[in-house]
This record gives sequence, structure tokens and C-alpha cells, in this order.
Amino acid sequence: MPRATLLDPQGEAVERALHALGFGEVGRVRMGKHLMLDVQAGSREEALARAREMCDRLLANPVIEDYDLAVEGGGGRGAT
Amino acid sequence: MQRVAVIVFPGSNCDAETIAAARQAGSDAYRVWHRDADLKRPDVVILPGGFSYGDYLRAGAIARFSPVMTAVTEHARAGGPVLGICNGFQILCEAGLLPGGLMRNARLRFLSRLVRVHVEATDTPFTCGYEPGAVLAVPIAHGEGRYVVDARTAAELEAGGRVVWRYTGENPNGSTNAIAGVSSPGRNVVGIMPHPERRNAPVLGGEDGARVFLSMEARYATQHAVDVRAVGDRHLRV
Repeated sequence: MPRATLLDPQGEAVERALHALGFGEVGRVRMGKHLMLDVQAGSREEALARAREMCDRLLANPVIEDYDLAVEGGGGRGAT
Repeated sequence: MQRVAVIVFPGSNCDAETIAAARQAGSDAYRVWHRDADLKRPDVVILPGGFSYGDYLRAGAIARFSPVMTAVTEHARAGGPVLGICNGFQILCEAGLLPGGLMRNARLRFLSRLVRVHVEATDTPFTCGYEPGAVLAVPIAHGEGRYVVDARTAAELEAGGRVVWRYTGENPNGSTNAIAGVSSPGRNVVGIMPHPERRNAPVLGGEDGARVFLSMEARYATQHAVDVRAVGDRHLRV
């Protein structure tokens, strides 16, 4: 997600389009990326810690982006 | 004649023009494939424009982990000149060799046209041949060229004279303080969004970009001349 202080022209374009369609209740729109990773891990905490490392090294650029992480599932061959 | 390594990533597409422009200025320019760990003893390294790895994830995000970047980083840390043009600038930012990052143009459109820039720093290896305050007409070709830095870093860049080129007349992509190019604190690493290699001869419509390449060759020749004089002095004393 672009950092809150930075201009997000894609989000603004979507916001204008929603208003044009009559969705006046929409406030600010921010547009980012959603990545889904299948991860083998012994626990949710381990999956989260590894994913955080991936974000910090490659998946997000802290200069221009913020990110959130969520672990879903668990079971099968390990947490996913 | 200095040795200029032009790095080629999958998706680089300005390497041929960059090599031609460096050769036109008198340099011995050659390609280095991104998987090579050896830069072959260059004096200058250039990361050319293009769309390395298709700009997937973020422009430059994947290229910065190419094997060659370890040697490029060592060259830069040792004070060696490094120039990133367009996608090369994006890679240098992702690699942390320059501050800030590059985001989608403010008006979202890919821009391919001439812009005017003001030469603000002439103490870098790539701009030392320009008159301070010169205004150049140079082409841009980018979709993610909006240079952004936080307010504190922007103030540091301004106070430290590290804004190398600034858009003048209009700011085409909405960059912070209309910045078109910046340098590292040591001045040896420079990133610019416009393409000087596309504007280095009258047949290309102008030659405002030529001095980027002439600057680095002249700087090298001057340093080399100093070395020769030093050797001569020693010889005279003997």
C-alpha cells in the first residue's frame, strides 16, 4: 500500500469513478497490491515472522510503501 | 580512455544507446550481463534504462538482487562513479545506493517526450562538464518516474546540493520538489530519470545529453593527466 503521506493517483482515480457512479458514501480510496503466499511453517507465528522478513527484504519498499500481514488457514502440510 | 561497464538486466532496452553515447564521448564501453559477478575492472558503471524483470512487483525491485549488484555496490562504496538512468535510477533506489523511491506518475500516464531540466549540481562525475544553471532539453520515457522522499530527506538533499537535475517549466510526473536526478552524499552515485543517451547528437534533435558522457571521460582524462605529471615530477627529481 502506498504510504499514507504519499500521493496515490490510482486510488484517487478509483475514488472519482465511484463517486461518478453514485457511491457518494466513499471517502478516501487507497490502492495497493495483494500478494498470497503458500508457506510451509511449523506455526502461525513462524509463518508470520518469515513473511515479515520477506516483506522487509523484497515484497515492500519501506520508503514508499506500508504493509499488513495476515495468516490464514493452518493444517494440511503445515500452516498456509 | 576509461572503461565503462553498462549492466544488462533481462528487460534492459537502452544499453545499446548508452554504449554508443559513451563511445561517442571516447570511452571504452562494454556490456556486463546481470548474472556476472565480475565487472571487468571498470572506471565507471552505468545501469541503463528499460524494464528490468518487466517492472514486476516494483520497478527495480527484483533487479537489485541480481548477482552483478554485489560488485556494483562494492564499486559504489569504494567511491567509484555509478550512473543510473531511468530504470537504472529505480534500481539504485531499490538497492539503497540512493535515497527515496520512484512511484507511478501523478497523472498515471506513461510519458515519452522532451522535458526541460535545470542543472543544479556540477560537482558529480556526470555533470561536471555543464555550466551551473544550464537548462537542458532531454527526453523522458517512464510510467513510474515520480521521485519521492520524506520531508527530512528532501531537506537534506536540498541543503547538501544533491539535487543534480530539476524539472523546470513543468514537473511532468509530480516528483518531490520537481527533482529529476539526485546524487549520493559522496557525489559518485547519480540517478536521473531523463535519458541523456537519446539526445547526444544533432541527428537526434539535439545534444544536450552528450556532456553527461563527456563529463565522465574528461574527469578521467584530467585525473590521468595529474598522475602523469606526478610521475614526471618524480622522474625529474631522480
